[in-house]
Amino acid sequence: MSPSSTQEREALQSVTQSGYKWGFETDIEMEFAPQGLSEEIIRLISAKKGDPDWLLAWRLEAFAAWRKMEEPHWGLLHYPPIDYQALRYYAAPKRKPGPKSLDEVDPKLLETYAKLGIPLKEQAVLAGVAAETEAPAQIAVDAVFDSVSVATTFRQRLADAGVIFCSISEAIREHPDLVRRYLGSVVPAGDNYFAALNAAVFTDGSFVFVPRGVRCPMELSTYFRINARNTGQFERTLIVAEPGAQVSYLEGCTAPQRDENQLHAAVVELIAEEDASIKYSTVQNWYPGDAEGKGGVYNFVTKRGDCRGARAKISWTQVETGSAITWKYPSCLLRGEGSVGEFYSVAVTTNHQQADTGTKMIHIGANTTSTIVSKGISAGFSNNTYRGQVKVMPRAHNAHNHTQCDSLLIGDKCGAHTVPYIESRNATARLEHEATTSKIADDQLFYCRQRGLTEEDAVNLIVNGFCKEVLKELPMEFAVEAQKLLAVSLEGSVG
Amino acid sequence: MLEIKGLTAGVEGKQILNGIDLVVPSGEVHAIMGPNGSGKSTLSYVLSGRDGYEVTGGSASFDGHDLLEMPPEARAAAGLFLAFQYPVELPGVNNANFLRAALNAQRRARGEEELDSVAFLKLARAATKKLSMANDLLRRNVNVGFSGGEKKRNEVLQMAILRPKLAILDETDSGLDIDALRIVSEGVNAQRGPDFSALVITHYQRLLDYIVPDKVHVLARGRIVRTGGPELARELEETGYASVLAEVA
Ligand SMILES: Nc1ncnc2c1ncn2[C@@H]1O[C@H](COP(=O)(O)OP(=O)(O)O)[C@@H](O)[C@H]1O
Ligand SMILES: [Mg+2]
Repeated sequence: MSPSSTQEREALQSVTQSGYKWGFETDIEMEFAPQGLSEEIIRLISAKKGDPDWLLAWRLEAFAAWRKMEEPHWGLLHYPPIDYQALRYYAAPKRKPGPKSLDEVDPKLLETYAKLGIPLKEQAVLAGVAAETEAPAQIAVDAVFDSVSVATTFRQRLADAGVIFCSISEAIREHPDLVRRYLGSVVPAGDNYFAALNAAVFTDGSFVFVPRGVRCPMELSTYFRINARNTGQFERTLIVAEPGAQVSYLEGCTAPQRDENQLHAAVVELIAEEDASIKYSTVQNWYPGDAEGKGGVYNFVTKRGDCRGARAKISWTQVETGSAITWKYPSCLLRGEGSVGEFYSVAVTTNHQQADTGTKMIHIGANTTSTIVSKGISAGFSNNTYRGQVKVMPRAHNAHNHTQCDSLLIGDKCGAHTVPYIESRNATARLEHEATTSKIADDQLFYCRQRGLTEEDAVNLIVNGFCKEVLKELPMEFAVEAQKLLAVSLEGSVG
Repeated sequence: MLEIKGLTAGVEGKQILNGIDLVVPSGEVHAIMGPNGSGKSTLSYVLSGRDGYEVTGGSASFDGHDLLEMPPEARAAAGLFLAFQYPVELPGVNNANFLRAALNAQRRARGEEELDSVAFLKLARAATKKLSMANDLLRRNVNVGFSGGEKKRNEVLQMAILRPKLAILDETDSGLDIDALRIVSEGVNAQRGPDFSALVITHYQRLLDYIVPDKVHVLARGRIVRTGGPELARELEETGYASVLAEVA
C-alpha cells in the first residue's frame, strides 16, 4: 500500500475508524464528462464508447422515455431528492479503455484491486500450464472501475471452451450482432425509471455468452468499483446461456467512503434457453454511509432473468450488506415449460441503512417452479423490507412457489417489514408462503457466552446460522467471504 | 475452589438470594436441593454472569478469580460451566461447529493453541462415544428439535468436551429416564478428580445414588438453610422440605 497522497491517507484513517474496510480512494488521473444529463451528454458518452448507430438510437429512445417518467417512490425508502443534473455520467481512468493485456493496465489500478483482494493477475497461468490445470478453483474476473472495464482475466482459456467473457463495451465492438440480439430483450429500455436511465447512459459492464451445450469451465466474476466523486455508476450486464449451457457468475462491489451520496443504477439481464442454467450470485458491499447515516451509495438496480426455454433454470443469490439505500428485486420470467426460478437473499442493514429488496417470480409456462428464501437482518436504526411478487398466469398449470421469508432483529430501534404480493390466475397453482420475525434472544447470547464465546462471536454465529440456507447457495470460495462480510457489517451492533 | 460469601442478588429489583455462604473445595461435588422458586437457578445464573441478575452484596471467587467482576465468557475460560436447566436452541448453528468455536475461544483466552477441525472431531467423537450418544448429535443444530432428554445429554457432552474445572448442573436429571440418568451421571463421574468440582442442583435423591456428593445443601428462600452429607438427601426424600423449612421459619 503506498500512501501516495494525503487524501488517501486520510481516507484510510477514517476507514479504520468506521469499520468499512474498502473505503479508500485511488488517486488516478481521470477523464470526465461534464456534469449533467442531456442528449448532448449521451451523444458524448456514445462517441467515447464508439457505439454503433443502433445503440446510440437506443440510448436516445431510452432517454426520451426517462424524461417522461417519474422516480418511483413506492419502496419503503426515505432519501432526499436526487439531483440528476448534478451528477457526472462518465468517468474513466485516463489511458485507452480496454487494454489488450494485463501489462497495459495501470499499475495503480492493479494495486487497487489487490487491496480489495481481487486478483487481476492470472497467477496460475503465469506459474505454468501444469499449475493451471491443478488449481482447484479458478475464477475469471472482469474489473470495472467507475465507468469502464479495466481488465478481464483468463480470456483465452474461456475462449477455448467457446465462452465469451468480456466487458460489454468490447462485446459491442467485437460481437455486435449477439449484443444487439439480446440487449434490452429482458429489461427493455423504458422498463422503469432507473432502467431507462441506465439504458441512456450505461458505460460498461460484463458480457457473457455460453454457447449450446457448453458448461463454463470456471466461475466468472465481475468486480465493480466506484471511485470518482459525484459520478454515477451505470453498468449493464448481459448473460446468455444457449440451450444446455451452464454458467455461474458472481459480482462484487465496493466504493470509497464519501460524505456525499453516490448513485448506482445497474441493469442485469439473463437469458437461459432450453435446459440451460444460470447461477448469478452477488456480494453487494457498496459503502453504506457512516454511523450517523451520512454518505453511502444509492443502489437502484433492475435485475431480471428470462427462462426462455423448457427446463431452463435461473438462480439468484444475493448477500446485501452495503449501500445507504437498496432498491432491488432480482426476478425470473418463467416462460419455458418446467422452468425453474430461485431467489436466495441475505440483506443486512445496520446504522441508518435502508433496504427494500425482494424478487418477482412470474409463472408463465406450465409446471414452472420457484423458490424464494429471504433472510433479512436489521440492526441499529435501519429498515429492512422484503417485497416479493409471485404471479401465476392463466396458462401456468401446476405452477408451484415456495416462499420462506425470515427477519431477524438486533436491538429495538430497527424495523423489518414483509410485503408479499401474490396473484394466481390458474387454480392448479400451489403457492406456499411462510414468514417469521425473531430477535436474537438474550438467552441465546448468554448460552453462547457461557460456553466461552464473546458477544460479537455469538452474534456472528447466530446470524450465520440464520442465513445458512442462503449462504450454502453461494460458490464455495465466496461463502467464506460472505460470512466474514456479515461479521464486519454487524461489528458493534450489539451491546 | 469456589467461595461464596454473603451473596445477595436479585432480578428486576426483586431480591432473590438473601445471603449465600458456600465453599466448594477443589475435587468435591456438592448437591443443592430445595423447593421450586427458592433461587437455585438464580444462583447458577449469578455465578455464570447472566445479564439482568444484579448482585447487591457479598462476593464469589473461583480459584482466586473474582467471578463477579468478569464477563460470562471470561468465567467460562476460567473453567466455569453451566449445564442449563432449559438448554437454548440455536437454529442453523451446527453443534460441532458451535462446540469447536467455544472450545477454541476458551483456549485462545487462556493462551493455549487452538484445535483444528480434525483434532476437534476426534475429541468430539470420542466424547460422544463414551457417553453412548449418537454421532449425529454433533451434526445437528444446537438443541433444535432435540427431545428433552437429548438436550440434557447434549449439555453433558459439551461439558465432557470443554472439560471445566467447576460444573454447575441445574436440574440436569429432570425429565430423564433411568438409562439417560445413568449416562449423564457417568459423564459427570468421569470428570471427577482433584481438579474438578461440581454443584449439582436436583430435586431427586435418585441422581445422588449415581453421583455421590461430598455434601448436600438445602436452599430455601434464597439462603442455605441446612448442610449435611449424602444422608441429608435421603432424609429429604422421605420427609420432604416441610420439616427443614419449619426449622428455619
Ligand atoms: N427473570 C425473572 N424475573 C422475575 N422474577 C424471577 C426471574 N427469574 C426468577 N425469578 C423469581 O425468582 C425466584 C427464584 O427463581 P429460581 O432461581 O428460578 O428458582 P429455582 O431454580 O430454585 O426453582 C422465583 O420466585 C422466581 O419467580
Ligand atoms: Mg431452577
